[in-house]
Amino acid sequence: MSAVASDPCVDYEAVIGLEVHAELKTKTKMFCGCRNEFGAKPNTNVCPVCLGLPGALPVTNRKAIELAVRFGAAVDAKIGRAVFHRKNYFYPDMPKDFQITQYDEPINAGGKVEILDAGALHTIHLTRAHLEEDTGKSQHQGVSGRIHDATSTLIDYNRAGVPLLEIVSEPDIRTPDQAKQYVNELRAVLGFLDISDVKMEEGSMRVDANVSVRPVGAEAFGVKVEVKNMNSVRSLVRALTYEIERQTVVYREGGRIVQETRHWEEEDGRTHSMRSKEEAADYRYFPEPDLVPITLDQAWIEAISAEVPGVFPSRRAVQLAEQYGFDLDRVASVVYTPGLCDWVEAEIAIGADPLRSLNWASQEVMAHLNETGGEVAGLALSKGVFADLSSLIDDGTLSKKLAREVLTEVLVSGKSPRTVVSEKGLAQISDESELERIVAEVIGANPETIEKIRAGNKKVVGFLVGQVMKATKGAANPEAVHRLIDSRL
Amino acid sequence: MTAVITTAAGIARGVRSGEYPAARVLEEYLARIAAHEDRIGAFLLVAQERARAAAEAIDARVAAGEDPGLLAGVPLAVKDALCLAGLPTTAGSKILQGWHPPYTATAVARLEEAGAVVVGKTNLDEFAMGSSNENSAYKVCRNPRGLDRVPGGSSGGSAAAVAAGFASVAIGSDTGGSIRQPASLCGVVGMKPTYGRVSRYGLIAFASSLDQIGPLAGTVEDAALVYQSMAGADPMDATSIPGDLPDVLSGVKEGREAGIAGMRVALVTELCEMEGTDPTVARVFEETVKKLEKSGAVLVEVSVPSLVHALSAYYLIAPAECSSNLARFDGVRFGLREAGDDVEAMNRATREAGFGPEVKRRIMLGTYALSSGYIDAYYGKAQRIRTLVIRDLEAAFTQADVLLSPTSPTVAFPLGARTDDPMSMYISDICTIPANLAGIPALSLPCGTDDAGLPVGLQVMAPVLSESLLFRVACAAETLIGALPPVLL
Ligand SMILES: [Zn+2]
Repeated sequence: MSAVASDPCVDYEAVIGLEVHAELKTKTKMFCGCRNEFGAKPNTNVCPVCLGLPGALPVTNRKAIELAVRFGAAVDAKIGRAVFHRKNYFYPDMPKDFQITQYDEPINAGGKVEILDAGALHTIHLTRAHLEEDTGKSQHQGVSGRIHDATSTLIDYNRAGVPLLEIVSEPDIRTPDQAKQYVNELRAVLGFLDISDVKMEEGSMRVDANVSVRPVGAEAFGVKVEVKNMNSVRSLVRALTYEIERQTVVYREGGRIVQETRHWEEEDGRTHSMRSKEEAADYRYFPEPDLVPITLDQAWIEAISAEVPGVFPSRRAVQLAEQYGFDLDRVASVVYTPGLCDWVEAEIAIGADPLRSLNWASQEVMAHLNETGGEVAGLALSKGVFADLSSLIDDGTLSKKLAREVLTEVLVSGKSPRTVVSEKGLAQISDESELERIVAEVIGANPETIEKIRAGNKKVVGFLVGQVMKATKGAANPEAVHRLIDSRL
Repeated sequence: MTAVITTAAGIARGVRSGEYPAARVLEEYLARIAAHEDRIGAFLLVAQERARAAAEAIDARVAAGEDPGLLAGVPLAVKDALCLAGLPTTAGSKILQGWHPPYTATAVARLEEAGAVVVGKTNLDEFAMGSSNENSAYKVCRNPRGLDRVPGGSSGGSAAAVAAGFASVAIGSDTGGSIRQPASLCGVVGMKPTYGRVSRYGLIAFASSLDQIGPLAGTVEDAALVYQSMAGADPMDATSIPGDLPDVLSGVKEGREAGIAGMRVALVTELCEMEGTDPTVARVFEETVKKLEKSGAVLVEVSVPSLVHALSAYYLIAPAECSSNLARFDGVRFGLREAGDDVEAMNRATREAGFGPEVKRRIMLGTYALSSGYIDAYYGKAQRIRTLVIRDLEAAFTQADVLLSPTSPTVAFPLGARTDDPMSMYISDICTIPANLAGIPALSLPCGTDDAGLPVGLQVMAPVLSESLLFRVACAAETLIGALPPVLL
């Protein structure tokens, strides 16, 4: 029975839930001592345990539990025990032909993530965030690299047994843009708290979506479709947009949506039905007998929770916007970059101008990071860069424009703003006698302009200021120039 | 050729003192294997050269003034379900034919560290599933005390090897009686430790929550020596019990010197008055109990009502776990691979060709017991019965120090007698299964024979972690009962 009527005049809304798999940033794998690293030579980070050799046994990685708890504390989840189950199914990438995962008792139950939506905070609730192990990776050898025309398949088990946190949201998301904000928010939280590398391109963060549509105002959900294979936030937005439209059209034309899994194809921009089995999969979950349930020490949980800054980027953006009168969009561009907002706030605390600092961070610093592919943590900067620039502007040494040039140079060279100013001779000319001489020259050279001004056309003063700036190659203080011209006329 | 000495304790004493070279001891055992193994079939592999090198190394250490350990120069037979790097390991199955594990089981490594010399890998029921060794995919194993009789199972090869004098001691694994029942049928001592006392790392799993590695030996003291050398916490097994390992050898000494006087020994009604118990077994058992009583043991009778359901619970839990544990034998990474058009066909063909009928039966039973819609009625109910058994046995131990019963309801049965009737085979384990379900230690020692000279075993069960008490009572009983007549080959 579908809850959706086939009326062409009805407006539809989407109901979206996301499943995010984040690889945890541990030194070793979930249940063995092999290194957890991306990009190693195939099958070099393997051992009897993660290869599922007969007789080998899993032992839980304490750090993985700690990172899961850190996430749970950040999203305000109910943190429980570390109890594992086996999920049984045959899959060549999965060495034991079962996955060790969590079932009816996730380590983190509930919780919430706040996102920015139309200039305000919006809450997305979480169902759970549980621990499990990753699978290996198949490489199909053949023309297309796909399984259907493969001549053989090679399997790399380096990823097998890498710890994963599966974060399942409630169906609280309504638009592709909200989905994007949600993923960005999660990515920031996981990255800031050093829980995961969150690189979608490398697969350390993967997103699957459950999508249905229903008439606006309806309570019941439509039939849910699972969409997989989105490897960037951009493709997530594209896939959701496509899938919502597809389902809406099906309903409008009186058709039915079947519950299925669909594969997003980047090339043609569509989702494709994956041939699925007639019968529903039966994973025969049962408690993992090789592991004992681990009850977490309450004091340990509290110690981890205490280290978690209880602020999401979205919330921080709203708070900063209120506190300093910042533009929300501009501050939002800063809060999602790891370390950037901390930097801005630290500079403001030691006297930097808030608004200028925000602008420098969102423009010069972001541009520099994008260009170099670097991170804030990797910038070799002394404390007080923004504070110094602010005071250099305040004392008239730099114009706002020059300050930006100085900052760009500071970011590249790692030198202090004052060093850059003196090395490049960028200090603006505030020496009044020198300026007076130049102003006098400009006035003498432009008698017609002076006439116009005296006749009441004040607009052309700008022309004179421009001439002075040109003569000083931009090093004059524009305010001083204005003042001197006014006094002469 | 007769051994100068036959007990492990005696061999180790002689080798450590330099009185008997380990190499000479080994040659005596290898000579017996060469003379009689053809008629027994205890081994799947005799590792002569490896053993000779090991014995020479022991002698070199003694010559250098070092102490090779508690088991210096003691010939040890290892059930072929335990991994030993450098030797093939088959688990008695065609599906693992030719597989060489790259690592050694913790228990085996510890025994070798204690100076034991591995003479070979012993025959077993495929994946330890069976009670007669007739499910071995490789060869028949005969009972050295009656060549037309089964040795019991699944550690039949280990029991036969000790009984035939092919090894001084052996190790096996016990999931529902797989050490104690063959020990009983072959007339040797067999012991299953508390679950978690001996690391399972490197034991090819049958049922993870029930499997436990234990010793088979000619005497209680020898069993204790082997146990003491391999038990204790292991970071590679999450279910292994942490903390220091108590010394059980003092328990052996106490049992020999102080006897059984004052010990409260209980007869378990449900196991002693069981239908289907061979009258001779019942008679020999009764006579043994009378001997103990005469020596001062305080006899009590206890009822453990839930034991009526123990067999059924076991035959749901063990197959359920095995259905998952054996999934990894899929032809992808090791062992047998049969060709197929795609991965699924290859998996099917490999498992079809590689597993024997009993293994397939249990995989199907277990898969069914875990299936959606049935799991609560089967696996769930079985776990609840298990909880009852644990509770009831705990209660029984408030009334007695140890519980007594026959180990097996019958003496060794003729080869082929029960192969067509799985149920009659399953009933062989009825007295031994409760200790596995409850995780408690239990031991079987010979207490007499029937008229044909076929041994009867006495089972002693002790509370969790009471190995010292178990060995004490067993040693006292052994002293009172006396040794069986020697095996004549
Ligand atoms: Zn590994």
